Amino acid sequence: MAKHKEDLHQEFIKGIWRDNPVFVQVLGMCPMLAVTNTAVNALAMGAATFFVLVGSSFLVSSLRLWIPRQVRISTYIIIIATFVTVTDFTLEALVPKIHKELGAFIPLIVVNCMILGRQEAFASRNSVRLAVMDALGMAAGFLFALLSLGTVREILGEGKLFGFSLFGPDFEPWVIMILPPGGFLTLGLLLLFFSWVKERKQRLEQRLTQLESEAQ
Amino acid sequence: MKPKETRLQLQAAPLLKQNMTTGQTMRDVLLALLPATLAGLWYFGLGALLVLLCSIAGAMLTEWIFSPADSRFERLSDYTALLTGLLLGLTLPPALPLWMAFIGGAAAIGLGKLIWGGMGQNLFNPALVGRAFLLATFPIAMTTWSPQTGPADFFQISASNLAAPFMQAAYDGVSAATPLGLMKFEQQSTALWALVSGNTSGCIGETSGLLLLLGGLYLLLRRDLDWRIPAGILGSAALFSAVLYILDPIKFPGPLFSIFSGGLLLGAIYMATDPVTSPLTPRGAWIFAVGIGLLVILIRIYGGFPEGVMYAILLMNAATPLIDRYTQPRVFGKGIKNQ
Repeated sequence: MAKHKEDLHQEFIKGIWRDNPVFVQVLGMCPMLAVTNTAVNALAMGAATFFVLVGSSFLVSSLRLWIPRQVRISTYIIIIATFVTVTDFTLEALVPKIHKELGAFIPLIVVNCMILGRQEAFASRNSVRLAVMDALGMAAGFLFALLSLGTVREILGEGKLFGFSLFGPDFEPWVIMILPPGGFLTLGLLLLFFSWVKERKQRLEQRLTQLESEAQ
Repeated sequence: MKPKETRLQLQAAPLLKQNMTTGQTMRDVLLALLPATLAGLWYFGLGALLVLLCSIAGAMLTEWIFSPADSRFERLSDYTALLTGLLLGLTLPPALPLWMAFIGGAAAIGLGKLIWGGMGQNLFNPALVGRAFLLATFPIAMTTWSPQTGPADFFQISASNLAAPFMQAAYDGVSAATPLGLMKFEQQSTALWALVSGNTSGCIGETSGLLLLLGGLYLLLRRDLDWRIPAGILGSAALFSAVLYILDPIKFPGPLFSIFSGGLLLGAIYMATDPVTSPLTPRGAWIFAVGIGLLVILIRIYGGFPEGVMYAILLMNAATPLIDRYTQPRVFGKGIKNQ
C-alpha cells in the first residue's frame, strides 16, 4: 500500500518538474506563445487546459477497455472536444472579457498535442487513479510554465503583474515582450534556464556518488 | 614534472604562420573605427561617449559572466566583445538613455553571440542583433534623434541620457530628423558636404562618411576585410539608386546621397565584412554584397523605415550558409556531374 501511494505521488510530481510538458517535452507550444502576453491570460489558459486534461484523462482511462484500438484517436479527440466545449461556454459566461482576449485559442485546446499525448501515452494504459494523478501533475506543470512565461512578459512588457502596476507610470515598456518575438525569446531563455538547472543538478549528483564511492 | 626541452620540435602543419590572430584583427578594426568615433564624440558630446561606454560595458560584462571561470580573461582579451559593444554603440542615437545602451550591449553578446555557441558560431552579426533587439523593444527612444551640439557644448548631457533604469526618458524637446528621415517624409535633400563631413544628425558613428572611408582604407591595406563586400554593397546600392534617380529625380535621392546618408558606409565597411557572418567564397561575397545593396535601397524607398541597412545585413546574414553551400568551388579533377 505504501508503495502504491508513493507511485501516485511520483506520477503527480513528474509532470511538474522531471517531465514538464513545456520545459522538457516541449509540447503545447502554440498556446504557450500565443496567449502568454499577460499573467491573467496565462492563468486563464492554464486553468482551461487543466480542466480539459484532468476531465479527459479521467474519462479515457475509465473507458479504456471499451474503446476499440482502431478508432482510439478519434474517440480521444471527441472526449477532449466535449470538455473544451464545456470550458468554452463556461469561460464565456463567467469571464467574457478574458474569453474574448483568448479568442480562438480556447477551441484550439482540442488540438493541444500535450493533451492528446497524455491520453495515448498514459491514460489509455493505466488505472483511473494513476491517470488522474498524471493529468493533475501535467496540467500543473503546464500551468506553471504558462505562468512563468506570462509573468516575465507582463512585467517587462507593461510593467504590471496581474494588472497591478509595479514600477509607477514612468515605466518604459519593452514593446517586444508583448509581441510574438518576445514570446519566442522568453520561452527560449526559460528553456535555457531550466536545462541549465537540470544539468547542474545532475553534475552535483554525479559528483556526490563519485565522492561516496571514493569514501568506500 | 616538466618534460625535458628538446631542440627538435615536432608539430603538425601549418608550419608557416602569419601574425594574423583574432585579437590582432580586432585591434585593427578598433583602430580603423577610432577617427569616426572621435568625430561622433566631437559632434555629439559627452552624452555620446557615455552611450558608447555603457554599450561596451554591457557587452563585456555579459561575456565575462557567461564565460567559464577559468577562461574569462582570455575570452575578453581577444577584443571581440569590446568591438561588438563599440559597433553597437556607434549605431545608437546619441540621446539614448544609458540603461538602454547597456541592455543593448548585453543583448548583442548574449543573443547575438553566446547563445549560438560563442565566437565564430553565430549566424548574425552580434552588434546588429543588439540593435534590432533595441529597435523592437524601445522603438520611440531608438528613433528620437537629437541635433548636434558641437564641441562648444561638449559637457552638456541631454536629460534623456540620464533616465533612471527602466524608466521613460524625458527628452529636451529639441529633436532633429536624420537626412534619410527628411528625405523620406519631407522629400528634402541634405547637402552632400554635410553628409561627407558628418555634420548631420543621426547615429553616433554613422555621420562622418569621409572618416569611415578612411578607416576602411586602412583595413583594406592591412588585408583585414574582403574588399568585394563593401565594393559590392556600395556599387549595387549606387547603381540601383541611380536607375531610380534617372526615372524620377524629384522623388528619389541620387546615388551619392544614398551612399553617404544613414549607416550604409558603417554597415558596408565594418558590419557586413564580419568574417563569421559573411560568405567565404569570392563568388559568394559578391552575391552577399549585391543582395545587401539592393535590399538597403529597397527598404529605404519602399519600406516603412527610413533606414534599412540593419535589416538588409541581417537578412543576408541569414542567407550566408546557403550562399556558401552553392558557391563551393569545384574540386580539381572532379567532374561537374558527380560533385
